[in-house]
Amino acid sequence: MSNIKNGVNRRKVLKGATAGIITAGVAPTIFTKGAWAQEFRNDPKGGDVILGFNVPQTGPYSDEGADELRAYTLAVKHLNGEGDGGMLNTMQPSNLKGNGILGQKVTYVTGDTQTKSDAARDSARRMIERDGALIITGGSSSGVAVAVQALCQEMGTIFMAGLTHSDDTTGKDKKRYGFRHFFNTYMTGAALAPVLKDEYGSDRVAYHLTSDYNWGYTQQRAIKDATEAIGWKTEKTVLTPVGQGDFSQYITPILNSGADVVILNHYGKDMVNSLTQSIQFGLRDRQKNGKNIEIVVPLFSRLMAQGAGDNIKGILGSTNWNWSLQDEGSKAFVKSFGAEYGFPPSMAAHTCYVQTLLYADACERAGTLYPPEVIRALEGHLFDGMGNGPTEYRAEDHQCFKDVLVVRGNANPTSQFDLLEVVQEVPRAQVEYDASIFGGELGPYEVS
Amino acid sequence: MEAIILQVLNGLDKGGAYALIALGLTLVFGTLGVVNFAHGALFMIGAFCAVTFRKLITLEQVVLSKTELSPWGTPLEIRTPYAQQWFGDFGNVLIDYSVPFSLLLAIPVMLLLGIAMERGIIKHFYKRPHAEQILVTFGLAIVLQEIVRTFFGANPNPQPIPQSLQGVAELGVMVGMAKNTITYPIWRLVYLFFSLSVIASVFAFLKFTTFGLVVRAGMSDRETVSMLGINIDKRFTIMFGIAAIVTGFAGVMYTPILPPDYTIGMDFLVLTFIVVVVGGMGSLPGAVLAGFMLGVLQSLASMTEVKDIIPGIDQIIIYLIAVIVLLVRPRGLFGKRGMMEN
Repeated sequence: MSNIKNGVNRRKVLKGATAGIITAGVAPTIFTKGAWAQEFRNDPKGGDVILGFNVPQTGPYSDEGADELRAYTLAVKHLNGEGDGGMLNTMQPSNLKGNGILGQKVTYVTGDTQTKSDAARDSARRMIERDGALIITGGSSSGVAVAVQALCQEMGTIFMAGLTHSDDTTGKDKKRYGFRHFFNTYMTGAALAPVLKDEYGSDRVAYHLTSDYNWGYTQQRAIKDATEAIGWKTEKTVLTPVGQGDFSQYITPILNSGADVVILNHYGKDMVNSLTQSIQFGLRDRQKNGKNIEIVVPLFSRLMAQGAGDNIKGILGSTNWNWSLQDEGSKAFVKSFGAEYGFPPSMAAHTCYVQTLLYADACERAGTLYPPEVIRALEGHLFDGMGNGPTEYRAEDHQCFKDVLVVRGNANPTSQFDLLEVVQEVPRAQVEYDASIFGGELGPYEVS
Repeated sequence: MEAIILQVLNGLDKGGAYALIALGLTLVFGTLGVVNFAHGALFMIGAFCAVTFRKLITLEQVVLSKTELSPWGTPLEIRTPYAQQWFGDFGNVLIDYSVPFSLLLAIPVMLLLGIAMERGIIKHFYKRPHAEQILVTFGLAIVLQEIVRTFFGANPNPQPIPQSLQGVAELGVMVGMAKNTITYPIWRLVYLFFSLSVIASVFAFLKFTTFGLVVRAGMSDRETVSMLGINIDKRFTIMFGIAAIVTGFAGVMYTPILPPDYTIGMDFLVLTFIVVVVGGMGSLPGAVLAGFMLGVLQSLASMTEVKDIIPGIDQIIIYLIAVIVLLVRPRGLFGKRGMMEN
């Protein structure tokens, strides 16, 4: 009763407490809006923005890694306002001004993945913990991409994968901090099958030789599903050891099988060897079921195609990007890269260059380097002028969607680089799929 | 039946490479008693002799076009091989047959490299344990690999088959079978006959020349031969060089089958060591026969009919045979009594 007399009662106490809590809770966020930018790993605090380029500098994919590094170096130059600007001039929309990222100069450190998961994680960790890298990007293997992506999720560092074609990277192993510009095996199957139907008809029998590891399995599944959907039959699927070298014992059974199409689900050196030897065994000179035997290499890379020499002539496959594209973005990039290095860029170089610019642009749009905000800026981002037409980084799985190129080994190359001719730019809508079919969880924005 | 014949041919072809490399390896072990893990690197260097030779004879004169531009805006480069300009039609033949011609480059390169390896490094490890020999030669192999990678990159370097030797031979038709029943790449048949010829030459050299006689005597009893006033060390050094040439030849002629990169030697190294162990350490006929035998078994094991019964057998067959031989007959099929049995 005395409390009532003094004007202090339970209701007033509650009111005051609520007001206090609200004040204490809200006021700091008003005064410190944007202050989260000071609470993340490797905040440059006005100094140089350091990017971590994790590419194979040694090992079997070191030539691809070297091309990735060339592209990254060029991207950094363009971001800092040097050179002709390359795709900065064609990217739409773009917030890049050629003054670094958020006005801060861009520099970089490099690591060697060696195309080994452990080595790649070690070099990524070193660049994050010791060198102060804000993002990690690059690589030339799905195994490496998945391993480094998981590390980057733990450390709260954005990872933009280089060459990785397995469905798992943005499927069951997807991560909030990971993004992929490259296409995947599902998209290869969806893009390639209609062209195969047009070129070879719907009454075909396929024989698969497949690399015995994760990428091979997903590639085989994607092509098998897609070709069976157009009416083809699958005679046999044979797994071949990675790094086999001599494929003769796997090729000769094809000669006496009922198959009239051979699908080589191989990449890198395995692709070079299996394709070269298939040609030597005269597969393409023979007929079966009244039709010429055809060979298909689902994933082509120009750098790898060089290793197969003349054997790629006339062989159909798919690729992420090719330097012969005539859109303004591709032409600008080829011009910059060619002027800098004297030869055209590979698809690996294109992927890495584009991703660097996209990361920088996302920072500009977010107005911060704070990773969760940069991630939000990248998720669902629509853009154009970077090759392959209108493109989207899908928010649900961080997979990039754009037109996919179906290519054929050039029968009459005009130079040593003119190895692939684009048969069709398959529209993005034809290769899209429901993000849920490959499972996986992106995980949280905020990591401790 | 056709499938078995084709797999036997595959095995013989592969076995030809195994036998040639194993022969070189056994020559070194039999003469100098050294376990040479850099032997695979010699195969790789041989392969890159072919790559280098082709690069040299396809060197081009580059003229900048005054009218045409490259896609990146610089003047277009018009390239013409010097060999064509200088030698006309013979230049074209030289380019077409670059792989067989590169054997001529391989002879001095491999001989000098072999002698340099033996005199420069390996001779210092004769009296050291085999474990140390393995370590130093393995290290040497890695150094050679990295040197090649630095100059030639990591990607495979395809080498063409001469035009007249491209395509397949109708072996089935030759024995009265229908067309397309048994066909086999001509170049692989060339490789098989080439490897048999080199093997026969090495055996003839050892059997019918005075030099070979002395070397064989030295392999049997080094001390006695030395006591006769013969500089057996010098002859063994030359044998190291000859072993390097034999292995280099295997590498040169294999390049059209397997586009070489810097790892090609390591891919063969383990397999050829198994060949040598199965054949019997130090036994030249053992190395050759085991090479062909394991090649054939490896091919037969990869037949679908066999893999349906024992899945994965194609990947372990060679190792399985090595285990069985080491358990049952540790000295190998043709090894000397007592070798690896203590």
